[in-house]
Amino acid sequence: MTDTKGGYMARDWTRQPPALTPRYKTSLTRSPRLAKISLPSTLSEETGPVFDQNMLGPLDNDLITNFAAPGEMALGPRIIVHGHVLDETGRGVPNALIEVWQANAGGRYRHKNEGYLAPLDPHFGGCGRVMTDEQGHYSFRTVKPGPYPWPNGVNDWRPAHIHFSVFGQSFAQRLITQMYFEGDPLIWRCPIVAAIPDRDATERLIAPLDMQHTIPMDAQAYRFDIVLRGRRASYFENRPEGM
Amino acid sequence: MSKLFESASQTAGPYVHIGCVPNFCGISDVYPNDLGERMVTDAAPGERISITGAVFDGTGAPLKDVLVEIWQANSDGHYGNDASGFTGWGRQAGHGETGTWQFDTIKPGPVAHASGHLMAPHITFWIVARGINIGLHTRMYFPEDAAAHADDPVLARIEDKSRIATLLASRADDGMYHFNIHLQGPQETVFFDV
Ligand SMILES: [Fe+3]
Repeated sequence: MTDTKGGYMARDWTRQPPALTPRYKTSLTRSPRLAKISLPSTLSEETGPVFDQNMLGPLDNDLITNFAAPGEMALGPRIIVHGHVLDETGRGVPNALIEVWQANAGGRYRHKNEGYLAPLDPHFGGCGRVMTDEQGHYSFRTVKPGPYPWPNGVNDWRPAHIHFSVFGQSFAQRLITQMYFEGDPLIWRCPIVAAIPDRDATERLIAPLDMQHTIPMDAQAYRFDIVLRGRRASYFENRPEGM
Repeated sequence: MSKLFESASQTAGPYVHIGCVPNFCGISDVYPNDLGERMVTDAAPGERISITGAVFDGTGAPLKDVLVEIWQANSDGHYGNDASGFTGWGRQAGHGETGTWQFDTIKPGPVAHASGHLMAPHITFWIVARGINIGLHTRMYFPEDAAAHADDPVLARIEDKSRIATLLASRADDGMYHFNIHLQGPQETVFFDV
């Protein structure tokens, strides 16, 4: 057998948030309480949907203009967000689909359930998407989102953040996370951030300002690398022929 | 080989629709359609089925802001885009007032397993929402496949056999499969640590 791909390495639960994190109140009624059943990955998790660069529109990775009226642009600090999508073995993940969503520069989402009094920006929708290149690199352009208050504690504020949904090469790698911005004092006060039990794991969600990729007189840059789960190498996987 | 660590998960939050199903939440000018809303083409072989349900919290209330993704094999038990255009992947948001969702798809065939056994026909579910810190994996099995369930290597891992029922859809008079997922309580669904 020449198959070098074994099953997925077990998830490291010391670096992932548990289901029940009482400071984040909604988790109280939405957290499973019984032990999960351990499931070594099968073909059902080792495969996943495949997306095609051709499905992307030319403005999908530009939140500054993809919702704006012709000739208009979203308000706010202009930023480039870029990074490398890797797996746990250090290999770049090509053709990973990344979907992002965020509040506008004033901290307001374009959503009917949103209750914050900050105004909508008529030229900002808040969604974008991009696929990684052959080496696993991606970039998109947006405005820096504002922090916003939310009904959890009496006075809880979300740090500025961008939500990321990532598809790697299999359903086992499926990930939704959030990117935070270097230097934001709200990060370490946030009950959602605090759900992550490990300081280093938290710090890896904080994107540093990247002056090297800043575009002079135009946009600042932030770098955000994403790591998806990796597979064990195995030359002797006990698999039926043809798998 | 260097060992990196998987990025930490964070909740999808209440506005997941903006990024994943923008047309569903009224942002209709950015993408032509929502990814995953249509799984099946007319050309796809196999039995057409519909699956509907809701995800319930510990108080028994449906999650109105849930996002559900499914991943399944085609009618031959193979994964991935096939020549007929069947994608195997679907994504639906819970209805804003009732929390219900529906997938129109085909019944998957049995899938090979490393043990040499076949896995009974099943559909993988992945659930994210506000209040869920990391996406939840579960599976739906079909009520008519009881014989295959007895031989299924994944169901065999569930020590408390009474909980297998939480992974079984029921088929109702409307012809649809009904599959409700319970996050907590006496009917808590089996979730997998994949
Ligand atoms: Fe948010």
